[in-house]
Amino acid sequence: MSSHAATGQIDHHHDHTTTTGIPNKKLLWWAFLASDCMFFGALISTHLIYRLNPPPGNAVPTQVFNIELTSFSTFILLMSSLLMALAVNAIQRGNIKSTRVMLLGTMFFGCIFLGGQVYEFAHFVAVKKMTLSNSIFGSTFYTLTGTHGTHVAIGVLLLGMMYVRTFKPTHGNGLIKNFVHLLAVCAVMGVSFIWLVPGLIEVVYGVPLTEMLHHAAVPLAVGAVALVATFVLGRTSGDVEFGEKNAGDVEAIGLYWHFVDIVWIIIFTAVYLLEYL
Amino acid sequence: MAQAIAKSDYTGASHAPAKPTFELFTRPTAKTGLVGWLTTVDHKKIGLMYGGFAILFFLIGGLEALMIRTQLLVPNNRFISAQLYNELFTMHGTTMIFLAVMPLNAAFFNLLIPLQIGARDVAFPRLNTFSLWVWVVGAILLNVGWLSHFVPSWKFGGAPDVGWFGYAPLTSKIFTPDMSTDLWVLGLQVLGLSSIVASLNFIVTIINMRAPGLTMMRLPVFTWMALVTSFLLILALPAIAIALIEVMMDRNFGTSFFEVSGGGQPILWQHLFWVFGHPEVYILILPPMGYVSEILPTFSRKPLFGYPIVVFSGVAIGFIGFGVWSHHMFTTGMGTIATAAFSLATMAIAVPTGVKIFNWIGTLWGGRIVTRVPMMFALGFIWMFMLGGFSGIMHSAAPADAQQQDSYFVIAHFHYVLIGGATFALLAAIHFWFPKFFGRMVPEFWGKVSFWLIFVGFNATFFPMHFLGLNGMPRRTWTYDANMGWNEGNFFATCGAYLLGVGIFTYFAVLIWSFFKGQKCGNDPWDARTLEWSIPSPPPEHNFAAIPTVHARDGWWYEKTHKEEIAKEKAAHIKAEESHGGIHMPDQSWYPLFAAIGLLIGTYNFAQLHHPVVMFGNTVLASHLPLAIAGGVIMVLALYLWSLEGPGGYHLHIDEKGNIKESRGGSH
Repeated sequence: MSSHAATGQIDHHHDHTTTTGIPNKKLLWWAFLASDCMFFGALISTHLIYRLNPPPGNAVPTQVFNIELTSFSTFILLMSSLLMALAVNAIQRGNIKSTRVMLLGTMFFGCIFLGGQVYEFAHFVAVKKMTLSNSIFGSTFYTLTGTHGTHVAIGVLLLGMMYVRTFKPTHGNGLIKNFVHLLAVCAVMGVSFIWLVPGLIEVVYGVPLTEMLHHAAVPLAVGAVALVATFVLGRTSGDVEFGEKNAGDVEAIGLYWHFVDIVWIIIFTAVYLLEYL
Repeated sequence: MAQAIAKSDYTGASHAPAKPTFELFTRPTAKTGLVGWLTTVDHKKIGLMYGGFAILFFLIGGLEALMIRTQLLVPNNRFISAQLYNELFTMHGTTMIFLAVMPLNAAFFNLLIPLQIGARDVAFPRLNTFSLWVWVVGAILLNVGWLSHFVPSWKFGGAPDVGWFGYAPLTSKIFTPDMSTDLWVLGLQVLGLSSIVASLNFIVTIINMRAPGLTMMRLPVFTWMALVTSFLLILALPAIAIALIEVMMDRNFGTSFFEVSGGGQPILWQHLFWVFGHPEVYILILPPMGYVSEILPTFSRKPLFGYPIVVFSGVAIGFIGFGVWSHHMFTTGMGTIATAAFSLATMAIAVPTGVKIFNWIGTLWGGRIVTRVPMMFALGFIWMFMLGGFSGIMHSAAPADAQQQDSYFVIAHFHYVLIGGATFALLAAIHFWFPKFFGRMVPEFWGKVSFWLIFVGFNATFFPMHFLGLNGMPRRTWTYDANMGWNEGNFFATCGAYLLGVGIFTYFAVLIWSFFKGQKCGNDPWDARTLEWSIPSPPPEHNFAAIPTVHARDGWWYEKTHKEEIAKEKAAHIKAEESHGGIHMPDQSWYPLFAAIGLLIGTYNFAQLHHPVVMFGNTVLASHLPLAIAGGVIMVLALYLWSLEGPGGYHLHIDEKGNIKESRGGSH
């Protein structure tokens, strides 16, 4: 136990064991985010350079985009940052139950955003006939937004790992149970963003609900089973190792999550809104 | 103070419970043997492995260079084929930069940073192991193509042959349909991942794990340069990562980032590559500037002249280094404004570099110079690096550069910087710190013999190339006609290369001899200045029996002159630490290695994505996709188990006689 545990107070903003007082993990994530800035910087630059030098026959962005839908999913992604902040706040108060709910909420909001992207990609390819290879706009658009989507998906996976870690018991070996729990959470999230959310968006655009249920019957059933499994495995009463002392870990992932959201604000501005000026 | 030191040992996490709750594989505890090395989290062992692999590739890259020089010995030579020549110059450059100089620097980062800042290990020991094994994965991917020359059924199409900077559109599937380019792309990508992870670790270590009293402006210059280099790595590598992703997408998924037919512009590759590639030059040279800044004061018997300005210049070089990339592209027709701006920035970066050289001369000035072998190499560094710097300034003038571009003049320039500069400093550093990590001295006479062989051989090889280049000999030329006027220069250069080869061989042969038979040495054979010389050679697992308190810039010199004060302080620190449960050490782990193996399986198969899996002549799978996914899954699983495993740890207890006892479990 760390030395300040004796006083019953955990200082979430200062770590006495490091030279600067910044916790090591937090510093690592900050440095990584600096690196990731350059990563997205290079991708966004590529997109903007080719935007200014379109070859003949390039796709016309405003004819492809569905700005209402993207605005909606942008809003949801920003709200997921709120839930993430609430998760950090909850664990800093030692409230594990609330932390779990907020983590699940963040993940699900992330999946709504990803689902919007899945719908968008499928729609652009099938209806607007814009693919990775038939225009340079397609190349840069799918690579840039796809890379961002991958970041969100990795974020969901990291949050999922953090979520199941909150169930790690103080005594006894529960590795298999924990792993099944993680698989169930991943299945729920995967079904959400690949089938459920895109399907519901189609319903909003006029496809009958029955057709969607019929079309994605198997994955939705699997998702439902996984959802039940997630809740059953989440009904635990024993002592868990996770607690207020892990606030730094949750905060570190939170940094990443907020960063990915901020990057999306830039992408949404530079890739989507810029075309409507 | 004692209280603060005792605290500094904590990881902040709870220590290993008596019985771990989650365990798929028993946590390894072997300190020696294969398992000990594969799962180690000890920064010294990791550093030695980096060093060993790097020296192996340094020698391989050297052999590649000798084959290139042999081909150019005489005009119209047919020693090797043009195709093999392409593979050799590509792999010579790639190997020397990514598999020799960078990992040798990484080796010294690992070996020295924790010792110089008075820490017991890096901030994230398991992440450090992961960086090492990921680096090995990258090295395998880059070199696996050579097997095609020996086993024809392995259809990699030979080693990569697109040049070390792989200019588009040569990397397009139309021009290089072979798998070798895919392996090159993924190999560099993986090496970049390794460097980023390692650099993040070093940044946190240097900023956050300094011993009490070690303020930033007391850090040894080497550690400062390591910090600047780490920042350069994390900020520069993403640019090439994106460029490589774009090539990969072009080659595998039909995008047109660099395909002119689809609206792409190959010039974009050059920009993205050099946005990485120029900081990369400073990534290679800043750590050597650090070694030299440690070695020169030690053998001049004086503190470093103008420490703050040396540090500031290093930071300035790192900063300006991001604004000069287009001087590699003066002949591409960027326009006069851009050309003028990059010309000026390039001239500007010579200023902090020159300041450093004046500071080193200032360090020598009035010193009592001891010409031991590391000092010889360090002095050679200053002289040769300056020569490379002078031809560099010539390139900064865009009109002159238009004549020198892609000629042997450029070859001469960057070999003066990278051999005369980086390699001389690395050879100095190996000689200087060898006694610390092996406890034996390298014989002075043979060290000097190797120095003079290398010095003469190096200059004989590369000095004539200035004239060859100005006479118009293009780089990367497989052979040349006898009437071009290049015969004598090439003959001379090749003879010099053989001499250089003999020198390098002597250097490493002497090291191997010294490893077994060298004279044993104490803690501080050079009467040096920094903390690593205050502990036994080789250092014990826990580095410092007592975490030192640093009172001055040259911390160990201060300790040597204030023995009583320091002895009292240390006794108090040991007592305080023992009352808090002893010295905390991190546990070893399998998972970094497993994650790297998953990455190897994933990337190796991803490189061959669209090729069928063939076993014993039968097609087993239509594509490598399932195998690539399997590798990715293995990696994610290993990372998941790693995250559940926790840092673990055990304690060491040192009694008055210096005996070490280990204890596990329980809290304080």
